[in-house]
Amino acid sequence: MSNVPAGLKYVKSHEWIKKLADGTVVIGITDHAQNALGDLVFVEVPKVGRKLAANESCAVVESVKAASDVYAPIAGEVTEANGALNNTPEILNSDPYEAGWMWKMKPNNIADVDALLDAAGYQQLIDELN
Amino acid sequence: MLKKTALHAEHVRLGARLVDFAGWEMPIQYQSQLDEHHAVRAGAGMFDVAHMSAVDLHGPRTREFLRKLLANDVAKLTAPGKALYSCMLREDAGIIDDLIAYFINEDWFRLVVNAGTTEKDLAWISQQAAAFGVSVKYRDDLGIVAVQGPEARDKVIKQLPSELAAAAQAVGVFQAVYAGDWFVGRTGYTGEDGFELMLPHADLVKLWQKLEADGVRACGLGARDTLRLEAGMNLYGQDMDESKHPLESGLGWTIGWDPADRDFIGRTALSALRGKSPQKFVSLVLEGRGVVRAHMKVRFANGAEGETTSGGFAPTMKSSIAFARVDAKAEGACEVEIRGQWVAAKLVKAPFVRNGKVLV
Repeated sequence: MSNVPAGLKYVKSHEWIKKLADGTVVIGITDHAQNALGDLVFVEVPKVGRKLAANESCAVVESVKAASDVYAPIAGEVTEANGALNNTPEILNSDPYEAGWMWKMKPNNIADVDALLDAAGYQQLIDELN
Repeated sequence: MLKKTALHAEHVRLGARLVDFAGWEMPIQYQSQLDEHHAVRAGAGMFDVAHMSAVDLHGPRTREFLRKLLANDVAKLTAPGKALYSCMLREDAGIIDDLIAYFINEDWFRLVVNAGTTEKDLAWISQQAAAFGVSVKYRDDLGIVAVQGPEARDKVIKQLPSELAAAAQAVGVFQAVYAGDWFVGRTGYTGEDGFELMLPHADLVKLWQKLEADGVRACGLGARDTLRLEAGMNLYGQDMDESKHPLESGLGWTIGWDPADRDFIGRTALSALRGKSPQKFVSLVLEGRGVVRAHMKVRFANGAEGETTSGGFAPTMKSSIAFARVDAKAEGACEVEIRGQWVAAKLVKAPFVRNGKVLV
């Protein structure tokens, strides 16, 4: 059973996004996604300063099995990337919503977050996949 | 409808993720492919390989027949129980399958062949066997389990009947012993010590349960793939197939060229390619970041090119490794195209890992 925390927003390509107090957002992949991928062995996150469009492919997660693209849930500019993923990609398996966050960005329009799926909506999506 | 091995219920009980592998529903992993990989390098792991097939050959001319059928020479098998790895070739030297041949006695040899090739292998072997009066018996009454790792032999020997246990304790590398329908070979596909056991399906399930209770880790095909890749072992259907010959597949060492008058199937075609193969098979370690997968482009400073056949993350090495088929002139520094970027790699001599130690 996948963990889908309330209070986060989600997109159907299996990223989560959370608003932070300073007006930026933090992004990662969901518990469902990490479980489907299997043991992660390589993660590439976007560079700080990169401007991303919504749904732009901007990161890669590679498991023992395969490589998968990660997409920007909304448009914005990358402000920080999680360097811990370089040497310990496994934290994305063990703690996808906290230690395994991927990057932070300053959104072009913070209201874009509100239009995304809530936890119940994402749960329904993954139930339909199973 | 996918076929199921006798251990299918065990896989479900252990929470395996099941996939279609050559028409069989098989475990790709249980909880963690990485943990399973490390268990084999450090302790003991077991694999359901009951989708592979044992084929028994009987008749006084069996050895003579296999010297015709196989590219490696079973004349090397002088002691009963000895095993030999070989390719089985078409007349044009394309690889029909790779297999292990066990010499049991002059009237009985056993072959172990791949799952996806069993049907065509049986047809080919039977067709060739007729002229030698050799009978071909598909032992689908037997299942195969591989128990591998530094602790594997001790764990298995504890579970064997006493006479077979003593024989298994004494058996050398690439050699087998048997008692009744229980067959124990000191072979494997991981680069670690261990056994491959063939036994009746009901016994196989009981043995699996006892080994599991004794701490032998159930391992899926995912770990089997990373272990064999680190061990520098080819996978049929991926690293070679009927469109490829052994000299461009890293399998030249398995060809029994001597004696020169042994007329094995494929010899004429292969002899014409000897020393002249336009392509060769290499092993490489990625130096930059990323993961090499199968079917990625490879290029060399001297203009040579090629393509990876197998690749992945090597858990023991914590880096990415691959096999590649490349132009024969290729040498030195190379690069692999990973998702649009050329990443540096270096050629090494396989195996990458043997008996828990990184060798490259």
